[in-house]
Amino acid sequence: MTGTGIRLSRLSKSFRSPEGPVHAVRAIDVSIERGEAVALLGPNGAGKSTTIDMLLGLQPPDSGDVSLFGHTPREAVHRGLVGAMLQTGSLIQYLSVRELLKMMASVYPSPLGVEAVLSQTGLEAIAARRTQKLSGGETQRVRFALALLSDPDLLVLDEPTVAMDVEARHEFWNSMRAFAARGKTVVFATHYLEEADQNADRVVLMAHGRVVADGPPTEIKARVGSRTIRATLPDADPGELAALAGVARAERRGEAVVLSCADSDQAIRALLERYPAARDIEIAGAGLEDAFLALTADPDTDTDADAPPPALAP
Amino acid sequence: MNGLVYTRYELLRALRNRRFFFFSLGFPLLFYFVIAAPNRHVTDFDGSGISLPLYYMVGLTSFGTMVAMISTGTRIAAERQVGWTRQLRITPLSTRAYFRAKLLAAYMMAGLTIVLLYGAGASLGVGLPAGNWLAMTGLILIALLPFAALGITLGHLINVDSIGPATGGGASLLAFLGGTWFPLGSHGFLYQLGQLLPSYWLVQAAHTGITGHGWPARGWIVIAVWSALLSLAAVYAFRRDTKRV
Ligand SMILES: Nc1ncnc2c1ncn2[C@@H]1O[C@H](COP(=O)(O)OP(=O)(O)OP(=O)(O)O)[C@@H](O)[C@H]1O
Ligand SMILES: [Mg+2]
Repeated sequence: MTGTGIRLSRLSKSFRSPEGPVHAVRAIDVSIERGEAVALLGPNGAGKSTTIDMLLGLQPPDSGDVSLFGHTPREAVHRGLVGAMLQTGSLIQYLSVRELLKMMASVYPSPLGVEAVLSQTGLEAIAARRTQKLSGGETQRVRFALALLSDPDLLVLDEPTVAMDVEARHEFWNSMRAFAARGKTVVFATHYLEEADQNADRVVLMAHGRVVADGPPTEIKARVGSRTIRATLPDADPGELAALAGVARAERRGEAVVLSCADSDQAIRALLERYPAARDIEIAGAGLEDAFLALTADPDTDTDADAPPPALAP
Repeated sequence: MNGLVYTRYELLRALRNRRFFFFSLGFPLLFYFVIAAPNRHVTDFDGSGISLPLYYMVGLTSFGTMVAMISTGTRIAAERQVGWTRQLRITPLSTRAYFRAKLLAAYMMAGLTIVLLYGAGASLGVGLPAGNWLAMTGLILIALLPFAALGITLGHLINVDSIGPATGGGASLLAFLGGTWFPLGSHGFLYQLGQLLPSYWLVQAAHTGITGHGWPARGWIVIAVWSALLSLAAVYAFRRDTKRV
């Protein structure tokens, strides 16, 4: 067992359901070094939250192993090394924000000061407000403050910015990056691909309980093509288009075709040479969004017959 | 030291929950005045030699405190519903500190119930020798232990949409079988069954206020066994309660 980072080894978890077993997580291996900020990206039902549950020791894996800085999840939690914002969850009632933070700070061995956390998360203005009166976005910020309280080495955030407005999101990621800059390890799950791109050093892309890609955001973009070419071309066959030089994938959308390109310069030349009739041509930089859809919707990445059909991210 | 701050806020939360406070303390009081106030001059209730206000003060004390303990479960179910129990599991809060806070909050409600009902009884002319009152209160507090554990267990096993019937039904059944509402006599099936239940001994504890007699050995054993079993159940229920609700 290596002492430093986070190791998920051959981690699996299935659930029983009326339609048969759901393989939520299938033997995934993920290693995260101390100080990394990693985005867990994937469509609904990919297994992100289940992975996080096992990482935190909230659910035992069916098989496989979790090590957090050389500890079991339980030990790591006991030492106050872990702070987390779970996907679902709200706050207990009948306390003010400040009181709730004081209550929870009291259970940690060496917590940050409550006032410091309040200012770090921009909660001073509502610190005296009762938790049940908070808006959805404010509640999320208090949950973030709770996750920071212990000054954890590992911060785990499961879709943290749900219910936050644009401004709050911006501030949230700023706080998160300030925290990460202190050498902390951060793992967050998100559907917001832009957020992953901007806030993570590394993206672990999950689909159907598997890791389908793992690398820096740029590498993931390269895997499916960094640019797309869109052209009106009614008669061309997507299979033939995909075989053109520089093209990674091709897709038909009505009259138009969309080519994801590893090398768009080469691809555009090949396209025009082979299909002079192509018109309304647009070339655009592909965001992580395209990479995401391409990789997770690729049926080749899933060989099990009982797997649910890939869902598209919103 | 760790547990103290946490417990203090847990008590504060219980005190600030006005509606819970109102129903938990208000109902036994209301019940008491409805039954006892019109009959305050009945000095020999049902040939027992005890005045009706005293008889019901003691009966409602046992019922009110039992409900106060079991309804810990209602609050726990509500906390689970919002994912708070899972949040606690990713903190170093120990099972012991968690239970201590829940237990003290429940005892606080039970203590207030005892005091309020005694005040209500006194307003209807009930008086007890100080020694009897102390013995009664002490035994009641001990007899409540299994109910506290039962409340915590139910709270961690049952979801918020069915916890009401579960705790309400459970408390009513236990009160009925324990002889809260009518004497179980001294033989027969109900009597035999009652002797095995903590609610019977809770009622007997409350009757100490009238008779001055404590429990026989059997009472101590029944309460001890139920306390141990239900505490184990509570620990088990809490420890396994980490799934999404
Ligand atoms: N307790 C459970 N019982 C049955 N199935 C479950 C259970 N928990 C999760 N699942 C299933 O496991 C799969 C993975 O769920 P998980 O919550 O990990 O997905 P996710 O990637 O977090 O999705 P989302 O982005 O929607 O939050 C889903 O198909 C889900 O329905
Ligand atoms: Mg999820």
